[in-house]
Amino acid sequence: MADDLFNSFMNGPDERGRFGIFGGRFVSETLMPLILSLEEEYNKAKDDPTFWAEMDDLWKHYVGRPSPLYFAERLTDHLGGAKVYMKRDELNHTGAHKVNNVLGQIILARRMGKTRIIAETGAGQHGVATATVCAKFGLKCVVYMGAHDVQRQAPNVFRMRLLGAEVIPVTSGRGTLKDAMNDALRDWVTNVRDTFYCIGTVAGPHPYPAMVRDFQSIIGKEVRWQLPELEGEGRLPDTVIAAIGGGSNAMGLFYPFLDDASVRIIGVEAGGKGVDEKMQHCASLTGGRPGVLHGNRTYLLQDEDGQIQEGFSISAGLDYPGIGPEHAWLNDIGRAEYVSITDKEALEAFQVSCALEGIIPALEPSHALAHVMKIAPELPKDHVIVMNMCGRGDKDIFTVARHLGFDMSDTEGRDMD
Amino acid sequence: MTRIDAKFAELSAASKKAFVAYVMAGDPDFDTSLEIVKGLPAAGVDIIELGLPFTDPMADGPTIQLAGQRALEAGMTLDRTLELATKFRETDDSTPIVMMGYYNPIYSRGVENFLDQAKAAGIDGLIIVDLPPEEDEELCIPAQKAGLNFIRLATPTTDDQRLPKVLQNTSGFVYYVSITGITGAAEAQSGDVGPEVARIKSKTDLPIVVGFGINTPDKAQNIASVADGAVVGSAIVSKIGAGEPVADVLAFVKTLADGAHAA
Repeated sequence: MADDLFNSFMNGPDERGRFGIFGGRFVSETLMPLILSLEEEYNKAKDDPTFWAEMDDLWKHYVGRPSPLYFAERLTDHLGGAKVYMKRDELNHTGAHKVNNVLGQIILARRMGKTRIIAETGAGQHGVATATVCAKFGLKCVVYMGAHDVQRQAPNVFRMRLLGAEVIPVTSGRGTLKDAMNDALRDWVTNVRDTFYCIGTVAGPHPYPAMVRDFQSIIGKEVRWQLPELEGEGRLPDTVIAAIGGGSNAMGLFYPFLDDASVRIIGVEAGGKGVDEKMQHCASLTGGRPGVLHGNRTYLLQDEDGQIQEGFSISAGLDYPGIGPEHAWLNDIGRAEYVSITDKEALEAFQVSCALEGIIPALEPSHALAHVMKIAPELPKDHVIVMNMCGRGDKDIFTVARHLGFDMSDTEGRDMD
Repeated sequence: MTRIDAKFAELSAASKKAFVAYVMAGDPDFDTSLEIVKGLPAAGVDIIELGLPFTDPMADGPTIQLAGQRALEAGMTLDRTLELATKFRETDDSTPIVMMGYYNPIYSRGVENFLDQAKAAGIDGLIIVDLPPEEDEELCIPAQKAGLNFIRLATPTTDDQRLPKVLQNTSGFVYYVSITGITGAAEAQSGDVGPEVARIKSKTDLPIVVGFGINTPDKAQNIASVADGAVVGSAIVSKIGAGEPVADVLAFVKTLADGAHAA
C-alpha cells in the first residue's frame, strides 16, 4: 500500500480519489467535469492562507470554536475506570459538528461563483447547518430530506424553513436519507451550472470524502492542543471514539491521530435492533460488503444481487446504508476498529449523560458514549478516552420520549407518529 | 464486429437512421416484459436498450425509477435479466441488445463472471451510467476485451477538452445526452442538438445517437434527422407503467420508430 511507503496513514486519497480500493469517482458524465473543477478549486483553496483565514474567523466568531474539551468527572467516577473526556461539538452554533464542514464548502461555492446550494439531510442537522450558512451569505438553499425523516424530525424542518431554505420531502425510493441523496444528485445533474452540492458527510465522489474530512479535522486538531493543557505536555489520548453514520464527525476526530500508533481508534456504528437480525441495523462495516453507491466504493448494506438495502436505527443521523470510504479503508488495514451499539444501549447512554453530566446528547453520540460505557470500566484510571459529543439532543427528545413511554402530546400540543 | 456494428453498417447502407428503444427488464413482470421485448423488432426497433433494475438509479427521473421498483418488486434480478435476454435470443439473433444500468449489481456479481454471463446471454453492449472514463479499468476495458461494446454517454457538459477522453474507449456508438438532467425530464430541442452532434462527429467516426427528452414521433424524427439515431425510454416505460396492453405499447413504439425512420 502506497501509504506504508511513507509510513503514514494520512496521505490518502491518491490522485484517483482512492483510499486503497475504496472511494473513486463513480458519477455520470454530466457531473464529471464539475467534480474535476471542484477538486481543482479545493486544491487551490487548501493552499491559500486567505481561505483558511476566513474559515478561522468564522469558526471562532460564528460557530464558537474551539469547542471545549470537557472532563466528564461524574461519568468517569460512575464507570470506575478510564478518564472520559467529551469533545463538546454539540455546543457549536446549530448544535452539531455539521457546520464545521458546511462553512468550508459554502466559502468554496462562493469562490466558484455558485449561487444556489443544495444539500441532503437525514436527521436534519446538516440541512439546518447548510440553511444557516446560506442565510448568512444570502445564498439560495434547497434541502432534500426523506419524507419519513421530515415526519420524525419536524423541529428541524421548521428551523430550515425559518432560515429561508426550501425543504423538499423526498418520496422516491423509500423516502430515507439515501433517497434524499439520490434526489440531490438528480437536482445537481439538472442544475449543474449554477448549483453547488454541499454534501454532509465524508462520502460521495472524490474530492468530497477528503474535503469534508479536512474541514472536520478541526475537531481532532483542537483535541491535540487541548488535552495537553489538561493532562500535561505531550499527552495524547489513549483512545478516541466517535459515532458513525457516513462518518464525518469520526473522521474529523480520528484523522489528526492516524499516525500516532499509541492512539486506539474506535468507530461506533448504529446496531439498531441488533446486527444479527437481518437489516434491522445500519452497521455497514459490521454487516455489509464493498459496493458502489453515491459516487464511491465503500462498504454497503446490500442484498446478494447488489441491490441497496435500507438501514434501521433509532437515530435518523446514522440511518444510511453506506460509510465514508476512508473508514472502509481504515477498517480493512486495521488502523481503526469498528463496533456497533444497539438502539437500546444508546438510549441508556443518553439517559446516563443527562443524569450524570447535565448534557442532553443527540442519539448519534449516544452510540459513541454507550461504547465508552462498555470499555471504560475495564481500563486503568490513567487511560484517557476522548469521545466526540458531536451533537446535542434537542432534536431527539420526541423520539426518546416515545421510546421511554412518555406522552408529550399534552405538553407540546402535538402527536407523535 | 458486434451485432451493434453490423446494425449500423446495415442502416448506413440503407441511409436509415437508428431507432433505439429502452425498456426496463422485468417491468411490470418477467413474462410481460419478455413479450414486449420480443415485439420490439417488429415494431421497428433497431437496437434494444434493456434496463437492469437498481434500487438507486441516480440519473433517472420518476418514470424509470418506478419501472425499476416495479421490476424489483416482481422479483427481477441480474440473473433474470440475463435470462430474459437469453430467451429473446432464441428467436432473434440479429437485433442488438445493450444493457443499461448502474455498476453495483455488476460489481457485486464480479466483473469477469458478469461479462461471461452477459456474452452467453447475447448481450452486445453496456451503458453503465456511473462509470465515467476516470473509472475505465473497472468494467469498460474488461468489457471491450471480452468483445462487448462499451457505450459512453457524452453530455452538454462534456467540453472539447474532455471529449477525447470520453471517446477514447467508447465503441459501438456514442450516446449523446441531449439535456443536463435526468431521464424523462426536460424536452430536447433539435436546434440545440444538431451543433452538438456535429461537434462530437468531428472527433469520432462512431455513430451518434441522441437520447433523454424525446417523447413523440415528431421529436424522434427531428432529433434523428440531426444525428444517427434517436433513443426513447421514459415515454415507452410510462405506457407500460400505466398498465397498457402489450399490443398498445408496441403500437406506440411503432409510431416512434416510424418517426425516427422518416428522418
